[in-house]
Amino acid sequence: MSSMTQKEALTAYATQIADSSLFMGHRMSEWVFKAPTLETEIALMNCALDLIGQSRSFYTYAGEAEGKGRSEDDIAYLRGQTEYRNPLISELPRGDWGYTIVKSYYYSVFAKLFFKALTLSSDKQLAAIAERSLKEVTYHVRYTGEWLLRLGDGTQESKKRTQKSVDELWDYVGEMFIMSEAETQLLQDNISTDIAALRGAWDQEVEALLQQATLDVPTGTWTHEGGKTGKMHTEHFEYILAEHQYLQNRYSGCEW
Amino acid sequence: MVNIMTSLSVTEKEQSVWNILESVADPEIPVLSIVDLGIAREVNFARNGDLEVVISPTYSGCPAMDMISDEVKGALHKNGYQSASVKLSLSPAWTTDWMSEEGKNKLASYGIAPPEKITSNKRVLFGGQKQVSCPRCGSENSEQISEFGSTPCKALYRCKDCLEPFDYFKCI
Repeated sequence: MSSMTQKEALTAYATQIADSSLFMGHRMSEWVFKAPTLETEIALMNCALDLIGQSRSFYTYAGEAEGKGRSEDDIAYLRGQTEYRNPLISELPRGDWGYTIVKSYYYSVFAKLFFKALTLSSDKQLAAIAERSLKEVTYHVRYTGEWLLRLGDGTQESKKRTQKSVDELWDYVGEMFIMSEAETQLLQDNISTDIAALRGAWDQEVEALLQQATLDVPTGTWTHEGGKTGKMHTEHFEYILAEHQYLQNRYSGCEW
Repeated sequence: MVNIMTSLSVTEKEQSVWNILESVADPEIPVLSIVDLGIAREVNFARNGDLEVVISPTYSGCPAMDMISDEVKGALHKNGYQSASVKLSLSPAWTTDWMSEEGKNKLASYGIAPPEKITSNKRVLFGGQKQVSCPRCGSENSEQISEFGSTPCKALYRCKDCLEPFDYFKCI
């Protein structure tokens, strides 16, 4: 059924994980100079740094797995829109503070469950990067979770806006748990993990916190999708990609 | 382990490399060496005498990692190990438990509260805050200002007695 070789599947898998971290990190870094307080800005930049660091490790490994000499930068910068395989939630604009917090919280809880499972991968390098990343995203869950409590159980305005973000972003949650072609193929050898099976744990953890934050838990099961297949990114994606690739487009091959 | 080329035994050679690594400071916390921090993990000599040093990043995105790697190579080069290589290891993941006691003391006298000893103690999720002693006056009456500080490895605290803000090296 599958047309991918094992090598191609591994490259695609490491790349899709890197893509998710990269755009989550990119969106967070957009808060620089714009966050509500200095401390929150520093915190988000720290999280962004973690995420971009994670993507670097996965891109580097994707390049090694592929064996064609592509560097982390080549893969991160030099691809067309449809070749990026991040779930749509990671490319959505930063929105207001509540929107960013809810988005990061949804993603971080997923990332925590995912990396925890990936530490058991039969691929030693994927397991090692997951082990490193798990510690970081666990911290992100805690940070964004605390903010979610404050915003939900805060003022009327913060509650109203946060609830709106909780509802809007809920429709992007499902895609994180959809297995990509590479993911499905690598499952046989225990290289990838069964992310579809993580949804129950995600629901449980997120629902408990939303309730504690006195927010209504959405019940919809429909989800936007198209990012993980690359077939349909959101209308926001070209803009973020333009900024992301600007230097390489303008000064081809430039290095830091 | 076999003796190679020189009169020094492998263990003596390894020790001399550890001494060189002691001289490499963390670029962001210059009072600490990479050995104090537990970033330098292994010193390996291959049979042909080639040296490999294994280092472990504190955080995935730690911007100091490339610099540390360069400085290790530089220090080894200066001490006669021209062909030494530096390898990055992610597993087991770096933990503050690897920081030496001496390193913790140096941190405190530098004005940064050292991480608490037991990592399993970190699960103070939404409940009470962890007691962190002020590195200036020693008071335990402190409060957390932010989960994150000036670098990925630190959090911001304030002493409620001497009123000074300070960095806390967080426990991971």
